[in-house]
Amino acid sequence: MNTELLGVPPDTITRREVIYDQEGETLEISMGPHHPSTHGVFRMDVRLEGERIVRLKPVIGYLHRNHEKIAEGTTYLGSIPYTDRLDYFCSLTNNWAYCMAVEQLAGFEVPDRAQYLRVILSELTRLQNHASAVGFLVQDMGASGTPIMYAFREREKILDLFEALTGSRMMCNYMRFGGCRVDLPAGWIDQLKALMKTLPAFLEEFEKLLVSNEILMARTQGVGVLSAKLAVNAGVTGPMLRATGVNYDLRKVDGYGFYPRFEFKVPLGEHGDVYDRYMIRVLEMRESVKILNQAIEQLPEGPIIDPKAKLRGFRPKPGESYGRLEAPKGELGFYLISDGSPNPYRYRVRPPSFVNLTILEDMCLGANIADAVIILGSVDIVLGEVDR
Amino acid sequence: MLGGGILKGLAVTARNVVEGFVSKERLTTVQYPEERVPQVEATRDFPFLVFDGEDPMAGLRCVACQICEKECPPKCIYIDKSSDKKPDATGKPQFYPARFDIDISVCMSCQICVEVCPFEAIKMDVEFELSTNDRFGGLLYDKHKLAKSNEYYNHVHPTEAAAVDTKLAVERAKAAARAAAATQPKPAAVSPAPESGAQA
Amino acid sequence: MSSIQIADQIFVLLKHWLVGRVPVSLQPVVGILITVIPIICVFPALFAITTILERKGLGRIQNRYGPNRTGPFGILQPLADGVKALTKEDIIPANADKVVHFFAPVVLVMLVFLAYAVLPMGRNMAAVDLDCGVLFFFAIGSGTEVAVFMAGWSSRNKYALLGAMRAIAQMISYEIPLILSAVAAIMIAGTLNLQQIVTQQAGYSGIFPHWYVFTPWGFAAFLLFIISATAESNRSPFDLPEGESEIIAGYYIEYSGFKFALFFLGEYLGMFSISAIAITLFLGGWAAPFSFLTWVPSWLWFFAKLVTMILCFIWVRGTLPRLRQDQLMNFAWKFMLPMALVVLTSAACWRYTEGWQRWAISFLVVIIPYSWLGHGMMSNRKLEQRKYRFAE
Repeated sequence: MNTELLGVPPDTITRREVIYDQEGETLEISMGPHHPSTHGVFRMDVRLEGERIVRLKPVIGYLHRNHEKIAEGTTYLGSIPYTDRLDYFCSLTNNWAYCMAVEQLAGFEVPDRAQYLRVILSELTRLQNHASAVGFLVQDMGASGTPIMYAFREREKILDLFEALTGSRMMCNYMRFGGCRVDLPAGWIDQLKALMKTLPAFLEEFEKLLVSNEILMARTQGVGVLSAKLAVNAGVTGPMLRATGVNYDLRKVDGYGFYPRFEFKVPLGEHGDVYDRYMIRVLEMRESVKILNQAIEQLPEGPIIDPKAKLRGFRPKPGESYGRLEAPKGELGFYLISDGSPNPYRYRVRPPSFVNLTILEDMCLGANIADAVIILGSVDIVLGEVDR
Repeated sequence: MLGGGILKGLAVTARNVVEGFVSKERLTTVQYPEERVPQVEATRDFPFLVFDGEDPMAGLRCVACQICEKECPPKCIYIDKSSDKKPDATGKPQFYPARFDIDISVCMSCQICVEVCPFEAIKMDVEFELSTNDRFGGLLYDKHKLAKSNEYYNHVHPTEAAAVDTKLAVERAKAAARAAAATQPKPAAVSPAPESGAQA
Repeated sequence: MSSIQIADQIFVLLKHWLVGRVPVSLQPVVGILITVIPIICVFPALFAITTILERKGLGRIQNRYGPNRTGPFGILQPLADGVKALTKEDIIPANADKVVHFFAPVVLVMLVFLAYAVLPMGRNMAAVDLDCGVLFFFAIGSGTEVAVFMAGWSSRNKYALLGAMRAIAQMISYEIPLILSAVAAIMIAGTLNLQQIVTQQAGYSGIFPHWYVFTPWGFAAFLLFIISATAESNRSPFDLPEGESEIIAGYYIEYSGFKFALFFLGEYLGMFSISAIAITLFLGGWAAPFSFLTWVPSWLWFFAKLVTMILCFIWVRGTLPRLRQDQLMNFAWKFMLPMALVVLTSAACWRYTEGWQRWAISFLVVIIPYSWLGHGMMSNRKLEQRKYRFAE
């Protein structure tokens, strides 16, 4: 994006002050909560000058469900099904982050097999989330649904695996404090291995359909550029941050859940535009396949839950904890304060989509109105998480 | 060359069309309601109460301990304990639920009630075609509607039911052995020291 | 006449027989009616078939069945859609310009039908054999843009107006490459008469036909024509004016019920007529592809080629994302227009050379500017396939 056109030096942290003062005839439209672009109930108040956006205000809260307040009235165990519904695409990573926070509070130890299972399920979640995110992005561009149907065909296979193990396709409710709920049923590993064989072929086909497509490149390269400095200052995490070139992946930084035992690389972008974010997700899918193959091989036998962990009457010692992990959308964190009672005293979610959304305006200023939809798609938000 | 990527995309699409006619891998549509996806064993939809034997009310395993009511996150279970007792599968008199209602419009299928039940009395069903015209009463299931037999449980969740049956059989055998030991005539309590030593 | 010739000329023979049965004073009128009424019946029927073909085609591309509940394989779906369109309430905005609002779809459909008058649908089967058929066709085709603007203007809706202005800008920009690439075929054929252009391509050398698409300049001109045709009919990937319901609605947002259906009809009929002209100019019209297949009636070949082109349009729609408005205009003025001029040059080289040299020269004249322009377009916007590095 040409910052010189806006009369702004390229190193400024934010361009908002300069733009708001401009005069001229502006058209104000509201891309309302009912959106054809499928990201949930989200509203953007956009002020246009001709085709260019001069101001964009995101309005959220249409899906607020009092998740944090409900958690203060429910036991720790009873909050686990509610965490499924935060980022409803990736319920298993939500569960894991919450269980991590509680395990830190209570001092539970997770056995090896449970950790491997958690890693396997988390990487499967990442695969299906990135597949559908890429599909949604291309659909926003008007590809009339073809790539998204291919992505969802593969996602169905992953969801079938989830159903066979946890009993539900999306609201998995599988992790428990100190491990996992049930062990693998017979034949699950074979089903997973069969899926791992077919998935690289699907990724190849997907890339061939999209990567060298000139129209896609023209629509996404140079659009919605985010600088690394602004991203770090705004607290952006996840594929958006890595697309700007900052090497920050919690799986490598924190090394939670036995991730240091697996060999995988972290792809980094350079330009921070929509094309980079989209390609980073595709490359991360390939890395997830690698991790999955290694985890399947190394899966040990053993118990799947800490014997110290109790289901009922669980009262952790007073204290606070913060459990975070690399969810497919960024850093997902749960901050818990316990006062010794069965319910948490304070329960706070740090949702990645919410924090990533704060710089939407900076990315969209000066762009065409048709690009705003694509930029929003590349942030990859889920309103369940943004509004809680 | 300009246009190369577009041609590759067109080739992928054409391949999908052609393969969609010949292989089920590509065209994965299941034409509901004529065809159905085979039920996965672990599926959970809404709870039901298990009863042993023939009579639903007499064979209900539930003893109205109300643990599931307390642990249910959205509080969709309503239990009224009875005032009298009835014998359970091992013959021991237990309370039973005079009223056991689950509001399935509130239930979120989280399965916590199943996990915390100490008596294996409530399990997850696999029925999902439960729509009704009655918005309020039609979705509030009472214990008559919720009670389903152990054979049904074995039918929908074979592995899980087999494990539960084994566990219950072991428990009942132990209980029966203890009851048999208790009803056996005690040996004469005349010599104190070696007797108490043997009994300890 | 042999049975093959009878099958080929069956509609012409039918018409002559029917006209002969009528008293002499009425014969001109009846003749015109018999020519026009089948056109008004056949092409909307083709439109109905295309809607179901498109939905099922898109479905198959996306690995799903299209509509398959209304009738076997969903073939009664157009009937259902027609009933829906006819029974919907006709809403007119309160401060809309009612006369213009009413006439916009009427004008569109009228002009589009008028363009079918010169299309040669078989041997001796053009409704009117005009000497300037191509000129007539393109003149009428440009007239349809008025209807688009009428729709956008009369709705008194700023979004509809914006959509209409974008649509017109797009259609006007793509008229020039459209006509220039047609001019290449006209130049070689030497006539504007559509029937004669087809007969010029109806020869065979060996078993291979003399269609213009099988020459280097003809292939390039055909591609340019087809891309411009897609843009003229506002189809994907150029459907930003109408697919822009993400942010600003298209120019027919204030129309409901039957008038909406008329807009759809007009758009699809326009697509058919432009495909028909492409077939006539480049793909040999009603001529058979191989010399041993000339026994199949000519009108069958015409419709077969038309349906194939429609399927190709559907294929492209299902695969490609949309172009943004400014990219669309860039593409028209900075790539298609120079390429159209290059194709004209190549056609001229073809005309004045002989033997294998004419193939080599016209091929080179097309390819070298194409790669140069293509490379320039991509590097101008710094579009490239990127390599990504991995951390550590």
